[in-house]
Amino acid sequence: MKYSAWSVFWNGLTGNRGWKPVWRNPEPKPHYDVIVIGGGGHGLATAYYLAKDHGITNVAVLERGYLGGGNVGRNTTIVRANYGLEGNSQFYSHSLKLWENLEQDFNYNAMMSQRSVCNLAHSDGQMDAFARRGNMMRMQGDDSELLTREQIRAEYPYLDHRNGRFPIYGGLRQKRAGTARHDAVAWGYARGADMRGVDLIQNCEVTGIRVEQGVVKGVETSRGYFSAGKVGMCAAGRSSQVAAMAGLTLPIESHVLQAFVTEGLKPILPGVVTFGMGHFYISQSDKGGLVFGGDLDMYNSYAQRGNLPMMEHVAEAGMAMMPMIGKAKMLRSWGGIMDMSMDGSAIIDISPVGNFFINCGWCYGGFKAVPASGHVFAHLMATGNHHPAADKLVLKRFEQGRMIDEESSGATPNLH
Amino acid sequence: MRIECPICGPRDSREFHYRGSAKLLDRPTADAGEEAFSDYVYQRENPAGRNRELWFHELGCRAWLVAERDVTTHAFFSVQLAKTAKRSGS
Repeated sequence: MKYSAWSVFWNGLTGNRGWKPVWRNPEPKPHYDVIVIGGGGHGLATAYYLAKDHGITNVAVLERGYLGGGNVGRNTTIVRANYGLEGNSQFYSHSLKLWENLEQDFNYNAMMSQRSVCNLAHSDGQMDAFARRGNMMRMQGDDSELLTREQIRAEYPYLDHRNGRFPIYGGLRQKRAGTARHDAVAWGYARGADMRGVDLIQNCEVTGIRVEQGVVKGVETSRGYFSAGKVGMCAAGRSSQVAAMAGLTLPIESHVLQAFVTEGLKPILPGVVTFGMGHFYISQSDKGGLVFGGDLDMYNSYAQRGNLPMMEHVAEAGMAMMPMIGKAKMLRSWGGIMDMSMDGSAIIDISPVGNFFINCGWCYGGFKAVPASGHVFAHLMATGNHHPAADKLVLKRFEQGRMIDEESSGATPNLH
Repeated sequence: MRIECPICGPRDSREFHYRGSAKLLDRPTADAGEEAFSDYVYQRENPAGRNRELWFHELGCRAWLVAERDVTTHAFFSVQLAKTAKRSGS
């Protein structure tokens, strides 16, 4: 069914009996042309673009739990394209363009809201760095505006403008950035893929990858063996384990990142605001909750929950930036497992194992990357060639010394 | 999370700085070649279970430690001084 104002109107008149489940729950087939491991945002988007752009529909997405139950369901929903380095710059620019047309493209309401992202600056040096970054964003074809102290004060009056330690000097804002309804993004891609014949197999854990003479032949799962022409891995958070099944080691450590949400409040925050000095970022969901997050817990973790010291640190940073949040009650906190790569950038490549493709290393940036990640990964799997927007995100960049290291912190995954 | 420092006893994890896999103790020799160094600097086993890792007791005795910890539960199995671990090769 195509969703439209008319379909809402018609179903309203007919007792809402016309709505059907948005995807099937099919029995798996013994062979697929392409198997995608991981039914999160990236895996579902990959399957969607394989079917839609490349006509490859004999595809299965294998998901250990339920669709969208991993990091696409546990992030802070921010979408932006403000990266500075060649490699990331064109990739996130490509992603933001796909976001802008996403809902029309897959006919699903992802509640994409271009409500802007503003990064605060706290020194003259940081203002200079932001001016430079803003120019880079413009040169990549995206928008940016440098805001003065007075503009910030006028437009963001609720920030602590008298903070003695980190006074606000100005900010860098991208108006086309914003937030999207994270679950709906996964559901929209799942529906679009399913409509085109892709089998979405839930509760199906991949337990082994069969490789013969250096070429992948299929995957062992908790629901039996499936042979495949090509296998793509979109299992961020567990990438190292899945890759190990194919005999690969990755330049990745897994870390937990926490996020928090308060009780629902009246609208106060029109956009996303970030406070780099405390590694804090905040927005307000359409339901009214303030959604915010901070830094990693800093040590390797596969526990999908964080510990209290970082929660305290995030609360302190929040109070330093925006003291009014001290009145709000925190309702929930949760943790997601990040693939922290050795240079802080993602990896989308053909692996050394034939017909085995890897998509991993998303660090904190996985959600905003979803459309482009699926788009370029489908392109790579279908054609064997890198999409121009992602041709720098290769696995060999580490041994070749061509890192894409936005933070310039070297091979320390927890500092990116 | 508490870490049992061999010198200071059990201390809050906030006193410690985390440096990642204890693989960093096994630096290849200068003539080991590019592949060995690339592996040393970038590749990580990243196990979802027992992980051998380096901690620095920054706000305590300032000793480098090698800890074995389950990264799914944060249970520590052993903590020893890095120099002891390196000497014994364990």
